[in-house]
Amino acid sequence: MDLPLLWFLLIAVLWLGYLVLEGFDFGVGMLMRPLSRTDTDRRLVINTIGPVWDGNEVWLLVAGGATFAAFPEWYATMFSGFYLPLLLILAALIIRGVAFEYRGKIDDDTWRARWDWAITIGSWVPSVLWGVAFANLVRGVRIDADHQMVSGFFELLNPFALLGGATTTLLFLTHGAIFISLKTDGEMRERAGRLAAVLSVPTVVVAGVFALWAQTAYSAHVWTWAPVLVAAGALVGVVLMTRARREGWAFTLSALAIAAVVVFIFGTLFPNVMPASNDPANSLTIANASSTDYTLTVMTWVAAFMTPLVLAYQGWTYWVFRKRLTAAAIPAHIGLPLRDESTTSAP
Amino acid sequence: MEALDVARWQFGIVTVYHFIFVPLTIGLAPLVAIMQTLWNVTGKDHWLRLTKFFGKLLLINFAIGVVTGIVQEFQFGMNWSEYSRFVGDVFGAPLAIEGLAAFFLESTFLGLWIFGWDKLPKKIHLACIWAVAIGTNLSAYFILAANSWMQHPVGAVFNPETGRAEMVDFGALLTNNTLVAAYSHTISTSLLVAGTFVAGLAGWLMVRAARSSELDLARTVYRPAAMLGLITIVLAGVGVVVSGDYQGKLMYEQQPMKMSAAEALCVGEEGASFSILTIGDLSNSCEGVRHILTIPGVTSYLGTGDFNGYLPGVQDIQAQYAAQYGPDVDYQPNLAVTYWSFRLMIGFAAGSAALALAGLWLLRKGRITDKAWFARLCLVAIPMPFAAASFGWIFTEMGRQPWVVAPNPTGPELIRMLTQDGVSTSVPVGEVLASLLTFTALYSVLAVVWFTLMRRYAALGVAPAPSDEPDDGSEDSRPLSFAY
Repeated sequence: MDLPLLWFLLIAVLWLGYLVLEGFDFGVGMLMRPLSRTDTDRRLVINTIGPVWDGNEVWLLVAGGATFAAFPEWYATMFSGFYLPLLLILAALIIRGVAFEYRGKIDDDTWRARWDWAITIGSWVPSVLWGVAFANLVRGVRIDADHQMVSGFFELLNPFALLGGATTTLLFLTHGAIFISLKTDGEMRERAGRLAAVLSVPTVVVAGVFALWAQTAYSAHVWTWAPVLVAAGALVGVVLMTRARREGWAFTLSALAIAAVVVFIFGTLFPNVMPASNDPANSLTIANASSTDYTLTVMTWVAAFMTPLVLAYQGWTYWVFRKRLTAAAIPAHIGLPLRDESTTSAP
Repeated sequence: MEALDVARWQFGIVTVYHFIFVPLTIGLAPLVAIMQTLWNVTGKDHWLRLTKFFGKLLLINFAIGVVTGIVQEFQFGMNWSEYSRFVGDVFGAPLAIEGLAAFFLESTFLGLWIFGWDKLPKKIHLACIWAVAIGTNLSAYFILAANSWMQHPVGAVFNPETGRAEMVDFGALLTNNTLVAAYSHTISTSLLVAGTFVAGLAGWLMVRAARSSELDLARTVYRPAAMLGLITIVLAGVGVVVSGDYQGKLMYEQQPMKMSAAEALCVGEEGASFSILTIGDLSNSCEGVRHILTIPGVTSYLGTGDFNGYLPGVQDIQAQYAAQYGPDVDYQPNLAVTYWSFRLMIGFAAGSAALALAGLWLLRKGRITDKAWFARLCLVAIPMPFAAASFGWIFTEMGRQPWVVAPNPTGPELIRMLTQDGVSTSVPVGEVLASLLTFTALYSVLAVVWFTLMRRYAALGVAPAPSDEPDDGSEDSRPLSFAY
């Protein structure tokens, strides 16, 4: 098989894994405050992703690393071109990751409230910006003959891209609400299930408009109608299943919908990796942005050995923590008091 | 102000910052794994309490290391896109493999370890922390493979058609002798950091316990931990010296400019001395350098293994490089920075040695100590190897300048890149500045939070011995341990 094409597909798979997995993490983060009435509720919500969020985020690192290794030109042009959105995403992921670990370390309402804002902002910002970034990729950006992206930041905030941002945000919100309803029991399960049913409707509408716009305006392929239809079907299924409170099915379908959106995005890009909107001759393509066959061969062997292993132990993690959480399982605060009252002075 | 300068400052700040947390994680993960193993094997309660105590500190530390690591991977493309284009075919592979082989391992199993205390069988739970330890150490290997290639490019050729470096031998990248030296030096340093951390904290807590008449706590809990830390310091210290010596000699062959800059040796000489104190006008010129206190022959020995060996001066190498790689470039790294960072690296590492000497003497043959000066020494010693590690990296990266990919004297000549040619050309300086300010501000706040939490949780000491809690046996009713 053509190795650059294989790696284009693998990178699509890595983004697919990332957005399906961290998609619900982001949703959980965005919904933590609105879904919770008490601090125990918030901790319950956070603990649904507690054991897995960090591993989920590695999908992003591997997607980035694989792009660097397999398509250096793509990596260089995209990461320097989308400079400010990526900066914001990085800052968001930093405060969010630290917040999960640190919010419970000090037993104080103000302390927790600050970290809760970090989780909230840190989940909203990437949810919106990943959509904005991918929509711009689909739409095409201005690239000069030296493969430098010359679109400015505000050019990236066009209506189509903003609709893309709304789409990913709604997809992740619904996905996250379903995940919480799947992983909790009692009142939280009920609340999250109700919210998922409500959110699923605007999600179908916004995602549907975005997909139709993208397919008709920017896709050169007829076959990309297939993922559009799969996503649409899956999202309609999500509406029905969340209404019926079939959480397992709803989750499977919302994951399928996100997966179909990723397939659609990469499908419309093909055979480019970064289409140039100003001059198609400047587009970065699978062929002109890729690494050498030697490098890709090495990477293919490594991926062939490591990927099944990673999938196995990540899958096992989800199995270990498959039980629903209840508020009763959330222990009392173990954090230290805000003021240091212990005798910590040197002996 | 140019984008190049801002981008360099950003790389320096975020990388040095990242590497405050990384060596502690690399070193402490195996030490916590050893503690938990000792608990599993001996069944002794104090190893469980120590595992949980140091495990919690490991988690506080791990969190910042992880989130700042994402920046590391992204900034090559963001700020150094021309570098990325030039090296991606070679440099990208170890980065991608680091993610696939190491990051997944450490992140997934850390989650299992944190939340799996009551859910997993004891042995499997133990295996999880070992998987974390292996993951962190594997990650160091792959990222150092990438860095070592920048110091000493091997296994690649220059393709004149594309104008970029292309990999032809991945095995050569993974067995690069620069990597062998850097990896053993980094891992032994990380163990030195963690050993000092464990010995310092346990020593301080032992004195505190001994002085508040909790002799039993001091003897049965803190003394074994302090001994584990002290032994780690000794073993790691030997590793640091041996690997550092090897590295110095490789550097003499591979990056002679860096070695000579480390001594601020302007003109080549035989039997070059090692100066302990040098003054200069910091204008980075040879004229200003005055060596004051010197030990004859030592620098020659560090570089060549012979006290009378010849070491070229930076001016000699400048002339040679100008002829070989083109005039109009200053091939000298900043002399003041390389000179002092090299000495501070060695000097700060001595803090761990002092702790090991004092600790092993005071704790000999089952003794414990309540000496206040020892408690103070413990606290002073803890940050020192951190500082040594930072200065070591500042030395090795600043000493490579003006190159981002230093030419390999015996490799393809065109596999080389000046730092100034690697910076992103399409990113406006204002955006790079925004990025520098964002990360600096964010990292400063996080540093304060990290330090506060580490201090508070360290001062807490180990949890009281667990009493036999009534357990109704059903997993669902039991609260999560280590939960968020």
